[in-house]
Amino acid sequence: MRNEPSDVLDEFRQGSVDAFETLFRQHQGAVYGWILRIVRNPAAAEELMVETFWRIQRAHARFQPAMGFEGWARRIATYAALDWMRTRRQESDMPQEMLAELSAPAEADPVVNAEIRAKIARALERLPPKLRIAAVLCVVEEQPQKDVAAALGISVAAVKLRVFRALRLLRKDLEQQGIRP
Amino acid sequence: MNELNEDRVKKLLKQALPPVEGEQEPGCDLWPAVLKRLDAKPAPAPWFDWALLAGLVALVVCFPASIPVFLYYF
Repeated sequence: MRNEPSDVLDEFRQGSVDAFETLFRQHQGAVYGWILRIVRNPAAAEELMVETFWRIQRAHARFQPAMGFEGWARRIATYAALDWMRTRRQESDMPQEMLAELSAPAEADPVVNAEIRAKIARALERLPPKLRIAAVLCVVEEQPQKDVAAALGISVAAVKLRVFRALRLLRKDLEQQGIRP
Repeated sequence: MNELNEDRVKKLLKQALPPVEGEQEPGCDLWPAVLKRLDAKPAPAPWFDWALLAGLVALVVCFPASIPVFLYYF
């Protein structure tokens, strides 16, 4: 009975650290992958994993088992990532990190060279974090819009609007940098 | 922005930033770090955080029209 998910969720809600560890082990890969898709930096993603599960444990009494643990964890992780992006927005090393940590895709257009990629990364970094998250998850990572909406706590229509605004701002920024999409 | 421009920006973005492929795992077991964080005493809020909060509350009380601006950014 201990391994029944609903039992684990109930015990977690009552504050059991054992149940919390079980949930951590079950969902750490999915939550880590979600955070990595947002911040695109493994070291930062690990730091945010700890922050996310700390927030999860602090909020255990407010967890609604019917909501599902993973969706709830993703939402908390997304907000932790948003906070992280806001505090790092003044720093200028994000584009280099983003490009260095993840190699160029094999199918990359050779015309899109390193300089253009750096300019795109810089433009992306200048976006407001909540627009950047929507653009990265929906456009780059091709995550379902309903999952992104659930993680951000907004409607699918609002996600579409954020992606549209992000792309418009990106296009303007790229034009100012001499790239005409 | 028309649809063609939007598609071009999307294409550029995807080519510049490769998606994270497949299942990803942390480089090490993070459970000890989570436990350590849970055991750590919360740091007291510095005085300037309270001063900033008081300033924001005063601003909102004096200028209620600024509420949508804060909602937009937070």
